[in-house]
Amino acid sequence: MISLREFKLGAVAVAVALGLAACSKEEPTPEPAKEAAKDAPPPAPQEIVVKIGHAAPLTGGIAHLGKDNENGARLAVDQANAKGITIGGKKVRFELVAEDDEEKPDKGPIVAQKFADAKVAGVVGHLNSGVTIPASAVYNQAGIPMVSGSATNPKLTEQGFKNVFRVVGRDDQQGPAIASYLVAEFKPKTVAVIDDATAYGEGLANEVEKSLKASGVNVLPRERGTKDTRDWKAILTKLRGRQPDAIFYGGMDATGGPLLKQGRELGIKAVFAFGDGACTEEMKKLAGEKQSEGLICSQAGIPVQAASKDFLESYKTKFNVDPILYSPFTFDATNLLIAAMQKADSVDPAQYLPALASIKHKGASGDIEFDERGDRKDAEMTIFTIKEGKLGPVAIVKAGTTTKFEDFMKAAEAAAAAAKAAMGKAGEAVSAGAAVAKEGAEKAVDAARSATSQALESAKDVAGKAAGEAKEVAGKVVEGAKDMVNK
Amino acid sequence: MMKLDLSARLPWIGIVLVALALAVLPFALAGIGTTWVRITNLALLFALLALGLNIVVGFAGLLDLGYIAFYAVGAYVYALLASPQFGLHLPFWAIIPLGALVACIFGVLLGAPTLKLRGDYLAIVTLGFGEIIRIFLNNLSQPVNITNGPQGISRIDSFRLGDFDFGKSEMLFGLNFSGPIKYYYLLLLVLIVIIVVNMRLQHSRIGRAWEAIREDEVAARAMGIDTTRMKLLAFAMGASFGGIAGGIFSSMQGFISPESFVLVESIMVLAMVVLGGMGNIWGVILGALLLSFVPELLRHTIEPLQRSLFGRSIVEPEVVRMLLFGLALVLMMLYRPAGLLPSAVRRRELARKSVEP
Amino acid sequence: MDTFIQQIINGLTLGAVYAMVALGYTMVYGIIQLINFAHGEVVMIGAMVAFSVIGALLGLDSGLPPALIVLLGAAAAIPVCMAVAYAMERVAYRPLRGAPRLAPLITAIGVSIILQQLGMMIWSRNPLAFPQILENRIFHLGGATVSTVQLAIWLVAVSMMGALTLMIHRTRLGIAMRATSQNPQVAGLMGIDVNRVIAATFIIGAALAAIAGVMVGTYYGIAHYTMGSLLGLKAFCAAVLGGIGNLPGAMLGGLILGVVEALGAGYIGDFTGNWFGSNYQDVFAFIVLILVLVFRPSGLLGERVGDRT
Repeated sequence: MISLREFKLGAVAVAVALGLAACSKEEPTPEPAKEAAKDAPPPAPQEIVVKIGHAAPLTGGIAHLGKDNENGARLAVDQANAKGITIGGKKVRFELVAEDDEEKPDKGPIVAQKFADAKVAGVVGHLNSGVTIPASAVYNQAGIPMVSGSATNPKLTEQGFKNVFRVVGRDDQQGPAIASYLVAEFKPKTVAVIDDATAYGEGLANEVEKSLKASGVNVLPRERGTKDTRDWKAILTKLRGRQPDAIFYGGMDATGGPLLKQGRELGIKAVFAFGDGACTEEMKKLAGEKQSEGLICSQAGIPVQAASKDFLESYKTKFNVDPILYSPFTFDATNLLIAAMQKADSVDPAQYLPALASIKHKGASGDIEFDERGDRKDAEMTIFTIKEGKLGPVAIVKAGTTTKFEDFMKAAEAAAAAAKAAMGKAGEAVSAGAAVAKEGAEKAVDAARSATSQALESAKDVAGKAAGEAKEVAGKVVEGAKDMVNK
Repeated sequence: MMKLDLSARLPWIGIVLVALALAVLPFALAGIGTTWVRITNLALLFALLALGLNIVVGFAGLLDLGYIAFYAVGAYVYALLASPQFGLHLPFWAIIPLGALVACIFGVLLGAPTLKLRGDYLAIVTLGFGEIIRIFLNNLSQPVNITNGPQGISRIDSFRLGDFDFGKSEMLFGLNFSGPIKYYYLLLLVLIVIIVVNMRLQHSRIGRAWEAIREDEVAARAMGIDTTRMKLLAFAMGASFGGIAGGIFSSMQGFISPESFVLVESIMVLAMVVLGGMGNIWGVILGALLLSFVPELLRHTIEPLQRSLFGRSIVEPEVVRMLLFGLALVLMMLYRPAGLLPSAVRRRELARKSVEP
Repeated sequence: MDTFIQQIINGLTLGAVYAMVALGYTMVYGIIQLINFAHGEVVMIGAMVAFSVIGALLGLDSGLPPALIVLLGAAAAIPVCMAVAYAMERVAYRPLRGAPRLAPLITAIGVSIILQQLGMMIWSRNPLAFPQILENRIFHLGGATVSTVQLAIWLVAVSMMGALTLMIHRTRLGIAMRATSQNPQVAGLMGIDVNRVIAATFIIGAALAAIAGVMVGTYYGIAHYTMGSLLGLKAFCAAVLGGIGNLPGAMLGGLILGVVEALGAGYIGDFTGNWFGSNYQDVFAFIVLILVLVFRPSGLLGERVGDRT
C-alpha cells in the first residue's frame, strides 16, 4: 500500500513532530520553577512586570492611524512607569506588547490568542470594529479586559461580554450627531444617503438615516457603491433628478473624494456630509480644493486639537509628530486599565475588572465613565467643515446638545482654570491643615510630657490616672488633627 | 519464522507513528503558544478547501476561479441557522450536511449552463459567479435583512454535542483541551474522511471518467462517457466539500462577513492546488500546509530581521505572502508544471508538450 | 429625460475606457487564445507612472501648460507599460506556448498578483490623489453636463481605435498579426516571425492600456494599486460581449457595457421597487458575461470563436 519513499517521508514527519513535542514538553517544565521563584519571598523592593497588549493595523492602508493609536498607548505606559506605581505592595513596571492585526477579521482572533498566550493583563484595541468584534470573543474567553479607543460599531458592546469596553463614541451616537447638526444648520427637506457597503459605512449610514427620519426629513432610497468605487456618476445623476438638499455618505476618503468631485461636476448644489472615515485632510486633494469647500463631516469623540494640553505636549515631545486621530482615546484607554489596577490593588484581570467597569476617570478626551454595556457615557462628537481649504471643527455634540466649537474650547479652558484654582486652594487647605495638625500633635506631646512629669512628682495612683487622661487627650488631639488634614 | 517480512510491517509502523505524531501535535504546539494551534487549524481548513477544489481542477481539469463562493455558502448556511440572526440554534450535525447540500445545489446551478464552455471561458464565468455570490451576501441586508450585509453575522454557535462544547476549554485525562485543540481533532477527522473519499473517488469509475475528460473530452465522449453529467458531478462534489469547510470555519470563528470570501481567497486556494500538484491528494495537502505556514514563519523571521537590520519593516509580511502566491503560480507553471508532488498521470501529461491546434 | 441623457453620457465615458482596455484583451486573445489576466495591472502601472511624472513636473515648477504636463505623463507611461508587457510575455507566457491551456492562464493570474504587489511596494497602499491640473470646464447640453475631460477621453479613444484599425489593415505588421491569428504554423512557414508578431501585439495592447490608465486617473482624480483588477475584469467582459478576438467588437462591447452599467445603476431601483439598488452595479458586467457565454459564445460581432468550443 505505502511505498518505501512515502514511508520515509512519514518517518521524517514523525521525527520532526516528536522532536517538536519533545522540545515543547521540556519547555513548560522549567516554567513552574520560574513561577515558584517569583512567588517565593524575594528581597524587597520587588518589581513585577505587567504586560498590556495593543492591537491595531501596523501595515496596510490605515497603518498611520494604527501607529497613532499605538503611540497613544505607549505614552500612557511610559508615563506610568516614570511615575512609579505600586500595586499590591509591589512596584510595577508596565510593558506594552504591540501587535499588528492587518485590519483583517480573521487575524483578529489570532492576535487576541497571542495576547492570551503572553498573559497580558489587559488589551487596548483594536482599531477596526470588523476586527475587534471577532477578537473580543477570544478576550472574553480568556477573561482579559479590553478597551478599544476607536471601534465605533454598536455591535461590539452588545454581545453581552463583561470585559469589553470602549472610550470612543458609537456609530449610533455619531450618526444622530451629524444628522441633528445637518437638520439644525441647513434645514433640508430631502436627504440622500449613500454608503460603501462596508460594515463601517453601512452601519453609520443606517444610523444617520434613522435619525433623519425621526426628525421628519424625507430620506431617498439608499444608494450604495463599494469600497473601491470610483465612478459615482450613475448614482449621482439619478440623485440629481431627485434634487436632495443634502447628501450623506458613509465611507472612506478614497471613495468620498471622487464622490464629492463628481457630484460638483454634475452641478449638484446639495450640502455634502461625510462620516469620520472621510473626515480627513486628504479630502481637499482627492476632491479638489474648490469642490471640497463647505463639506460637513463628523468625528467620534472630541477633536485631537481639543484633547488636554498635557497630552498634546507630551505626545509631541515624545514622538516628534502631532497626534492624528484616536491617540487621545488609546492613551485614555491605557490609563483606565492602569487606574483600575491601582483601584483594585491587583493586576489580576478577574480582580480589577469590576473596578474598571465602575471607574471614573479624567482623561485626555474628557471625563470617562462606562455604562452597563461598557460604552462611554455621554460621548462627545465633533462636527468639522472645510472652510477656505482648511478642515476645522465647528461644533461639539454631546448627549443631543450642540455646542459651537469656540464655546466648547472656552468652557474647557474655563473648566481647566477652575480646576487649577481649585487645586491651588486644595493645596493651601492641605498645607494649612497639616500646620494645624502639627501644632496639635506638638501640644499633645507637650501635654503628655508635663502630665508625665507631674505624675512622677505626685503620688503613684494619681500618676496612673493622670497618665491615662493625658493619653486620652493626646489621642483626641491627634485624631482631631487627622480629621483636619483629611478635610 | 524468526525473520519477519519487515517491508510488510514497516508501513504500519510508519502509519502508527504518523498517527501518534498528529495526536500529540496540538499539545506540542500549545506549548509554544495556542496561536500556533489556531494557525494549524486554519491550515487544515485550507487543506479541506484545496482538496475540494482539487476534484474540480485536478481530477476533472475544469479551472474554477470562484471556488470560495461555495465556502461562503456553507459558512452562511451555518451562520444563519446557528446564531441569533434568526434566533435559530440548530445542532451542527444537522446544518453541516445541509450546508454541503446547498453548496452542492449552487455548484450544479453554476455548472449546468456553463459546462459547455471551454477551459478559460469557464474560469472567467466561475470568477464572475464567485463575485456575484459575494456581492449578494454583502447586499442582502436590504430591503429584507437576510445576511446582515457587510456587518456580518456574529455570535455564531460553536459545535456542541450534549455538554461537550467545542468552543470551551476543559480538562480531560489531566490535559487541558482548549477550544482550538478540540477543533484541531475535529478538522483532522474531517480531513481524513475527505482524503479517504478522495482516494476512493480517484480510482473509481468516476475518477477515471474525470481523468478521461481532462485528457481529451471529445475522445471521452466517443468512449461513451456522459461528459456533462461527469463534469456536473465534479462541480457538485467540489462544491459540497467547500460547503463543509465553510460550516466549520463559521463555527470556529464565531463571526463571518463577506470580507472573508473575496477573489483573492479563491486564487489562494488555487495556488495551493497548483503548488502541491494538481490531481495529487498528498501534493494538494502539502501545498495547502506550505502556503499557510510559510507566511506565518516569515512573519516571525523576516519582520524581526528587518527591524534589527534597518530599524523598520521595509517589506511587509503580507506583501511577501502575496508575492509568494504570485511567484508560486508563475514558477511552478514554468519549471514544475505538475507541482511539488506530481500525480503520475499529470507528470506524463505535462511532460509531453502537446501542440495546440 | 435630462437624467437619461446624462446617464448615456456617463455610460459612454466609462465605456470608452472599457473599450480601450478591452482592445488589449481581444488582440492578445485573438492571436494566442490567452486571457491575459495581468492586462488590468498594466493599466494601473500606466496610471501610476503618469502620476509620478506629473507630480515631478509640477514639483519642478516648470511653467509648462497643464495639458502638456499630462501628455508628458502619458508619454512616459506608454514605454514603461510596453516594457512591462514585453517582459511579461517573454518570461511568463512564451515558454508556455503549446503547453496545456490551464498553464498560461495560471501564470497570468500569478503575474497579475506580482504586478499588483510591486505596484503597491513602489506607490504605497494609500489612494493617491491624481493631480487635478487640467482645467475642467463644464458644458451644459440642456439639463445634462459634459466636461472637457470627458470630451478629451472620447476624442483620444476614437482616434486610438481609428489608428489601430488602420494599422491592422494597412501595415505589414497588421497583416502579419492577422495571418498569425489565423494560423501561427502557416504564418511561420510564410516567413513571418511569429514570436515578434506576438510580442508586438502585447506591446500595442500595453500602449493602449497606458493611455487608458492616464484617462482613468485624470477622470476620477485618484490612482490606487488595486484600480486595475476590477477594471480589467470588466473590460474582459466587454471583449467577450463584442466577440473576443474581434477589434470592432471590443469597442462596441466596451461602449455597451459602460451604458448598461450606468443605466442599470441609475434605473434598477425604480424598476424593481427598490428591492435591488445601485449596490448591484458591479453584478451587471458578470451577468452580461454569463448570458453572452451561454447564449451566444461568439459575442455580438464575433464569428470565429464559435467553432472552438
